[in-house]
Amino acid sequence: MPRKVKAIVLTGNGTNCEMEMAQACKLSGADVVDIVHISELLYGERRLEDYSFLNLPGGFLDGDDLGSAKAGTNRFLHAHITGHKEMLFAQLLKFINAGKLILGVCNGFQLMIKLGLLPALDDNYGRQSTTLTHNDSGRFEDRWVYLKTNTQSPCIYTKGVDILYLPVRHGEGKFIPESSSILQQVEKKNLFAFQYCQKNGLPTIDYPANPNGSINAIAGICNESGRLFGLMPHPEAYLYRTNHPRWTREKLPEEGQGLTIFRNAIKFIRSKKF
Amino acid sequence: MASRIEVGFKNGIRDALGEKVKKRIIDNLSLPVEKISTVEVYTVTGDLTKDELKEAASGPLSDSVIQNFSINIPLAGNFDWLIEVGFRPGVTDNVGKTAREAIELLLGSNIGQRKIGVYTSRQYRICGEITKNDVEKIASGLLANDLIERYQIVSKTDFNFACGMPVYIPQVSGKAEVTVEEINLTAAGIDELLKISKDRILALNLTEMKAMRDYFRNKKTLDTRKKMGLGESITDVELECLAQTWSEHCKHKIFNSLINYTDGKKKKIIDSLFKTYIKDSTTKIRKAKGRKDFCLSVFVDNAGIIKFNDDFNLVFKVETHNSPSALDPYGGALTGIVGVNRDPFGTGIGAKLIFNTDVFCFASPFHKKKLPPRILHPRRIYEGVREGVEHGGNKSGIPTVNGSIVFDERFLGKPLVYCGTASIMPARIKGKTTHEKEIKSRDLIVMTGGRIGKDGIHGATFSSEELHEGSPVTAVQIGDPITQKKMTDFLLIARDRGLYRAITDNGAGGLSSSVGEMATYSGGCELDLTHAPLKYPGLQPWEILISEAQERMTLAVDPKKIKQFLELAKKMDVEATVLGRFTDSGNFHVLFGGQTVACLDMEFLHAGVPQMTLTAKWKQPKNRKPHFAPPPDLGKALLKMLSRLNICSKESVVRQYDHEVQGGSVIKPLVGAENDGPSDAAIIRPILDSMEGVVVAHGICPRYSDIDTYHMTACAMDEAIRNAVAVGADLDHLAGLDNFCWCDPVKSVKTPDGEYKLAQLVRANMAIYDYTTAFGVPCISGKDSMKNDYQIGKTKISIPPTLLFSVIGKIKDVRKAITMDAKRPQDLVYIIGETKEELGGSEWFALQKVIGNNAPQVIAAKAIKIYRALHKAMQSGIIASCHDCSDGGLAIALAETAFAGGLGMNIDLNFVPYRGKKRNDYILFSETASRFVVTVHPEDKRKFEKIMAGNITRGIGLVTSDGLFQVTGLGGKLIIKEKISKLKDAWQKPLNF
Repeated sequence: MPRKVKAIVLTGNGTNCEMEMAQACKLSGADVVDIVHISELLYGERRLEDYSFLNLPGGFLDGDDLGSAKAGTNRFLHAHITGHKEMLFAQLLKFINAGKLILGVCNGFQLMIKLGLLPALDDNYGRQSTTLTHNDSGRFEDRWVYLKTNTQSPCIYTKGVDILYLPVRHGEGKFIPESSSILQQVEKKNLFAFQYCQKNGLPTIDYPANPNGSINAIAGICNESGRLFGLMPHPEAYLYRTNHPRWTREKLPEEGQGLTIFRNAIKFIRSKKF
Repeated sequence: MASRIEVGFKNGIRDALGEKVKKRIIDNLSLPVEKISTVEVYTVTGDLTKDELKEAASGPLSDSVIQNFSINIPLAGNFDWLIEVGFRPGVTDNVGKTAREAIELLLGSNIGQRKIGVYTSRQYRICGEITKNDVEKIASGLLANDLIERYQIVSKTDFNFACGMPVYIPQVSGKAEVTVEEINLTAAGIDELLKISKDRILALNLTEMKAMRDYFRNKKTLDTRKKMGLGESITDVELECLAQTWSEHCKHKIFNSLINYTDGKKKKIIDSLFKTYIKDSTTKIRKAKGRKDFCLSVFVDNAGIIKFNDDFNLVFKVETHNSPSALDPYGGALTGIVGVNRDPFGTGIGAKLIFNTDVFCFASPFHKKKLPPRILHPRRIYEGVREGVEHGGNKSGIPTVNGSIVFDERFLGKPLVYCGTASIMPARIKGKTTHEKEIKSRDLIVMTGGRIGKDGIHGATFSSEELHEGSPVTAVQIGDPITQKKMTDFLLIARDRGLYRAITDNGAGGLSSSVGEMATYSGGCELDLTHAPLKYPGLQPWEILISEAQERMTLAVDPKKIKQFLELAKKMDVEATVLGRFTDSGNFHVLFGGQTVACLDMEFLHAGVPQMTLTAKWKQPKNRKPHFAPPPDLGKALLKMLSRLNICSKESVVRQYDHEVQGGSVIKPLVGAENDGPSDAAIIRPILDSMEGVVVAHGICPRYSDIDTYHMTACAMDEAIRNAVAVGADLDHLAGLDNFCWCDPVKSVKTPDGEYKLAQLVRANMAIYDYTTAFGVPCISGKDSMKNDYQIGKTKISIPPTLLFSVIGKIKDVRKAITMDAKRPQDLVYIIGETKEELGGSEWFALQKVIGNNAPQVIAAKAIKIYRALHKAMQSGIIASCHDCSDGGLAIALAETAFAGGLGMNIDLNFVPYRGKKRNDYILFSETASRFVVTVHPEDKRKFEKIMAGNITRGIGLVTSDGLFQVTGLGGKLIIKEKISKLKDAWQKPLNF
């Protein structure tokens, strides 16, 4: 019997893409999809260990008031589970060490970066070594972009994808590594799974194809096992043909192409590799 | 002791905000600044140790990859001038609040008895050879709004590099003793009554003040008061409560007045415009629809409710937030959007928010003339409002899907900021219908969300006046979308678990209004203000009662459910407080500290306001007849038209709004080959498992008011409906919302032409009745804002009477939706509808600096036939593109269709069905209503023409692949030949900043 896939979509304090992220998990065949408010984790009513796929949706955690996902990071690092000695972050590390999957989109990606869950070189979880900051344009923008997959990447979510077209909707998506050595390692280990590219697939640093000025056009990165993945563009925003901005003028498959990311995750969990 | 933490970018890291500010200084003020670096400052109170400060600074307050911080010494850096901008005491500081919560969590139990406070400010460090005077201009003209912010300027030479800027804590100080003032109305004469109204910003007229006085002279009143321990004088709590409840803003006194109307020939007495034209038209339409009536709740709740399908209902409301946006564009607009969110959220049993709309009316951002006192430059208003709606909508996770920006010089006096929100609710929860409210006596009054401060006091009365010298600062508020989001997350769960009985929002008038209105369901209330959670001490009871502090909902909770309700709130980190109970006593009863501070008869409070009697006299204006020759180069004319502010692309604004969060986006605001063509309307799928869609569109055309508001209104309505039909909406499932923004229509010394302005209002209402009933599109909700004037000294600016008509509707299968961009070369181009010489108030005439007299007139019977036939054609899948003709007429619609599709077009004007003086420019730019430009694949020609038979529909050209837009004029000469790239460029450039 295939392994059951239980997906959790975490919400609260300003996340806002939980519905479509849950829908993506559902359409990809997850057996259980729970939208869980973070207070349920903090009150010990639910535990991460009961799930195999953690989704961190987009939004504005605490309004991104101290910089994107900064206050949210602070909560994950310092919040206790009520009535337990355990910290939320310890629960999260346990989840990672069990080889389970985490996908962060937009604000969820920013959270993973600032928590040091990505790129987590040498599995050093909790040390932030890169960041996502203000777009070069200085503004929030909603626009669709092309993404080129790094086929050498260990990322389990991007298997079989060549070019993907998805919307970005952020003001702080510019990827910056702490140092050139960090960047080198991210590149050497092929942790950059997606790069912003021109329509023809050529990675670019030119606006607006690269909407934020990300270093080396990096749009999404994974950890070394490829099981943790974060990206600025929204795969859950393209689940249906009618989400595509040009669906009335182009021949497109009925199923939205953002779904591939989720299908890959669920396929992986059902596989022997998991 | 307070400490200052400064956070700035490391060397080599791009300071995008600094660059943006630099660009604005150069663009707007033409000052030669070379570089601007920004530094975030957190002033922390609560005696943190050095280590704790370091932990906070290096943890939540900075990002070590890109930022440096310093504690109690200034961050290093080069500059010529430094400006630091912070909030004034009591102004909402969202970042400060988040920082405080983060530090509290960080310290955990180590916090002990300490009370932490965090106040934010921002430094702009400027390099450049500019004078102190220039810096002053930057600070006051761009960076700080004196009403809510304070700034300090220091030059490099005066700056103390050892200590930095002095610590300043913008705390609300002073603990005023609680006092309840009593005002004796009984003995007051006329002058005194008027003085009371004026001094306290009550915005009540003499008749209303007299009605109040009479109530206090009544023996029954006095008997009740005695029993309650109240004297014969009105308390300040009662006075303020009555002023809020009776305000124009809340009671719509002009719309409900008795009007003697004459148009010079006929006379008419109208007993309430609202009842006669708006409410009654909806009743008539619902009756005519019979079993097909889709309205569920109209005009009684915070928003209108219609059916979406058997399982779900849609809720829609549009509000304005004009006066606050004039004073503080960012805060005003932000509050506008998060404020209108609460209306559909608090309708019926409560509903989930699914989209926002926004329509702004501004003066030109390129305004060059001197500004009258207290008026902000339109560019500043434009950018501030845009940013306010961006933060309000994006941070709340609600897509902004539809809107427009309208320009007219007269909006200098007051900008109009329309914000709309729709929501969706299950038709039944636990077997009970959801669209009505019910409250039982003994249910508890519970307030949730934000705390109460002095913000937004007198908002309702203030917006019932013109903008003047003494307009109160406290009327300005800044919303906090995250506090609200947390609250709505909580309340939706509480709703589904049945933890409360009824809900409403706290908007204008605060608790006075929310509890006051809810109390009508049970027949009274007992509200104890002692329990109200405050942002800071020192508020008087009347201030607590009427404060319009944001992010609050009021609920009625069954005492049996209160424990569960409060527990869930606590768990989800939402403040919820019991403030009393609903009763059936017939009294609006308010206590403070165990004492009764207000007790008003419910009937008097809600129905006691006297009806005004007004006179309206209509006289058709006679504008100068236009005399200008057709221009020799119509290509050039087309380029000029495309660059007009009312026609050009608004993409830079649209892009900054998240228009697809929640995953149901179908027709986006920008469409076409390069995702940048102007959509006519929006479609979303609120239920992700279903292909049923919600259509939203609007119409607005204030320019026609210079001719006749009847036709202005008709055109706005037709435009809204036409836009919805253009994307595929079903005419039989469309509901409307009317939002009137008028200049003061009450004749007075200040407004000598009040009778004419009121006649304009009457005529607009007549059009609402005539066209809603003709189209079968009922109004389900609406709002009016009646005092959009500016008057300081001798300068008076009144806005043109403006109606925004919004429609919400349904499309059964979104896969049948149509966009406006041309799809394929060789497709046939059709015009649907006859073009007439109707250029009065048009963009073409405006370009020639004339108004004219022949505004477009809507012929509903013909329009309906067209809309139904077109819908049928769309349903059968034979329409390639459809675009409505509005501002700028046929030429603009054609050009937009072509360049949005990345394709050329060959058009022959000789085929255009046209009535009027034979001029190419008239045919190109006339704004006749109810017309569309449609493209159809050649193979569908016959089928299309068959479906459209009986409606004026004519093929006028072809879509081409050559990228050229070519028009043959009357007589057969080629009159326009332009590259579509050039046309698009002209259209995109003007507002691309």
